[in-house]
Amino acid sequence: MIESIYTPSADDFTPATSNAYVEQISRPSLSYWEDAWIRLKKNTRALISLYIVIGLALFTVLGPSVWRVDPSLQDLNQISQAPAWPKTSILVGPYKRFAAIVIDDFPAEPDEYIEDIPAPLNTRTFEPPTTQHVRLVWDPVEGAGGYNIYRNQRLPEGINDLGLPLGSTLAGNQVSYEDRLNLESRPYFYSIVSTDGFDESYQYNTFEVTPKLAITFNEAIDRGLIQADENRALNSEIELEFHPFGTDYLGRDMLARLMEGARVSLFIGICAPFLFVLFGIVYGGFAGYVGGKLDQLLMRFADFVVALPFLLFMILFKIGFGIGPGESGVIPMLIALVILGWPGTARLVRGQVLQIREQGYIEAARLLGGKDHYLIIRHIIPNTMGVILVTLTFAVPAAIFTEAFLSFIGMGVAPPTPSWGSMCNEGVKTMLSHPHELIFPALFISVTVLAFNLLGDGLTEALDSRMRSRE
Amino acid sequence: MLMYTVKRLLAGIITVWFIATATFIAMHQVPGDPLMNDKAVSAEIRANLEKKYGLDKPVTEQYVIFLGNMLKGDFGISFTQQNRKVNDIIRDHFPVSATLGILAVLFAAFGGVLWGALTALYRNRLPDIIIMFLVILGISVPSFVFAALGQLFLVNLNGFVGYSIIPVAGWGTFMHMLMPSLVLGLGTMALLTRLMRSSMLEVVNEDYIKTARAKGLSPTRIFFRHQLRNAILPVITVLGPQIAAITTGGFVVELVFAIPGLGRYFVQAVQQLDYTVIMGTTVFYGAFLVFMVIIVDILYGFIDPRVRLK
Repeated sequence: MIESIYTPSADDFTPATSNAYVEQISRPSLSYWEDAWIRLKKNTRALISLYIVIGLALFTVLGPSVWRVDPSLQDLNQISQAPAWPKTSILVGPYKRFAAIVIDDFPAEPDEYIEDIPAPLNTRTFEPPTTQHVRLVWDPVEGAGGYNIYRNQRLPEGINDLGLPLGSTLAGNQVSYEDRLNLESRPYFYSIVSTDGFDESYQYNTFEVTPKLAITFNEAIDRGLIQADENRALNSEIELEFHPFGTDYLGRDMLARLMEGARVSLFIGICAPFLFVLFGIVYGGFAGYVGGKLDQLLMRFADFVVALPFLLFMILFKIGFGIGPGESGVIPMLIALVILGWPGTARLVRGQVLQIREQGYIEAARLLGGKDHYLIIRHIIPNTMGVILVTLTFAVPAAIFTEAFLSFIGMGVAPPTPSWGSMCNEGVKTMLSHPHELIFPALFISVTVLAFNLLGDGLTEALDSRMRSRE
Repeated sequence: MLMYTVKRLLAGIITVWFIATATFIAMHQVPGDPLMNDKAVSAEIRANLEKKYGLDKPVTEQYVIFLGNMLKGDFGISFTQQNRKVNDIIRDHFPVSATLGILAVLFAAFGGVLWGALTALYRNRLPDIIIMFLVILGISVPSFVFAALGQLFLVNLNGFVGYSIIPVAGWGTFMHMLMPSLVLGLGTMALLTRLMRSSMLEVVNEDYIKTARAKGLSPTRIFFRHQLRNAILPVITVLGPQIAAITTGGFVVELVFAIPGLGRYFVQAVQQLDYTVIMGTTVFYGAFLVFMVIIVDILYGFIDPRVRLK
């Protein structure tokens, strides 16, 4: 006989009391977007990208009111300046002719031609050296019939490395020289070599001079650095124009132009995707919801538009809309981008709508008496929002690229208006000598595109429910 | 299979017709006409010129004539380049663009597969991190910047060697093609690397890989025969659209490297409103891209027998 393990009693057949704790929700429920935000915050790369995007927006919107330099102001005195810290300059009077110093009790012509004349000693500057002029004086040398003056930008390594021959004095008792040749505020190495009137000595003395940046009163007034009636002392210091990112080939401030260019690039980069995604939602949503023959027809048309060679048509459309004199050509480019850009989103939204339409909750809502427009607005569109947001984030860098491409080949915004792409186009021409003109706009394009791409990756992970189940 | 091919080809022909029509309409929307670029001519000469080029007929008739000629494969004569046939322009300059594009695609595909496989192999280790960083860079930096940097590199390289081993610009020898195709393929290579990596990582978890491992196959054999071959498939799917992207992107690279490709003629033609050249180049380019995508799709059916083409 089998031994029974458990003997049921009558108590086992009374109904169980409902336990209130079983189905209680222990935490407040999260909406889809709250959940997505929490997941996005965990993704450091996406979060940093988000901050960069916000920073770029601030740079574009608030930048021009903080950095009040006119982006179109040309300054031909300061063409292609490299980025630098703020510079000061000393105020000097107008240039006065420098009379050569001649020593009267010293022979102008040597009595005899000795083999090796020593180099002049005790070279010194006559007045404080400025970029207006460097005036050198030295002691005369016995047997010299003149002196040659050389200038180098580094310490000479030998007699053949003295640098630029500036000029010569033609008498042994003429012991001064004035250099006014393209002086910059940087160290120069002057070498004075004696000659006997025919040949040059093999000995030289080098003297280092660092001229101070100087600007005349008139020039300072012309450049708006001081007021015409302002009483400033001679040799007082004034602040020069500050170009933290340098200047371009017309002397325009790069930082101000980058801000102005950001307006164009980001305006196109954000508005165009926004508009064509919106159009794509309406088109694709309609096609997907209606279905049938009309859906086929609408999607076939979208396929045609996708097949158009993109860049060729961008150029054609942009020219087709025409740019009047004085216009920047931003709006034609925007329209062209919208006309050519929408089919991708339309396809995507249609696919989503077809999928969502068959879901149980739509059936349920319809059974409960939901009307078509209610179903679309309340259920279908919000459920496609995640995918759409991701598309939008990836469409932004694509649009920025397109604008940059077009501007780069000279088919984008019209010249006085800067955009990052057209700035790159200008910068490429002087790439070898002034790389900063290419580097900064290229950097801005790259960082913006990078930030939007990483943000898009992060959003995909945060919003995609398939990703969620994978964890 | 045959039905599918025929269907796709028919759809492709309709697409080309659509491209031609859209171009025609867009082109005629542009204010002015190709003869406006000439020096001031008398009304009589202008009338004669219009007659010669058929501009005196109504636009609809011009469209019909154009379509008829296009079917015969004749795009007409250029307005701005005296008596030069558009067909000749395409024949002379398209091979240059195509060579550049094909080299770039080859480079991008090989590079993408190689780097993608490597990153998957060294997942989350140093090679993976370095390559993925470069990939992000490749996606974010515009190709004209790469082109400029490439030229800068060549200038320095030639300066360092002392003679011109790789020419900085121009076209002709294989050495000329090296840098432009590299630069052109870089963006696509980055995309393909990313795709290849995720596809490799997906394949690793498949049952047939586990089976192969359980059978005791060597890791190299599993990697090459089972993992790589299956992971390549998604890369091939995107190759069609990417060829399109690369050939159009070639414009900028052609400009920077002074390559006599078709892109330059198109930009010129649009500026001068050279109707025949615009139509010829756009339709030719469009047809090339459409059929490229079809060919890739059909090839895909041969490579992956699981895909039934209907």
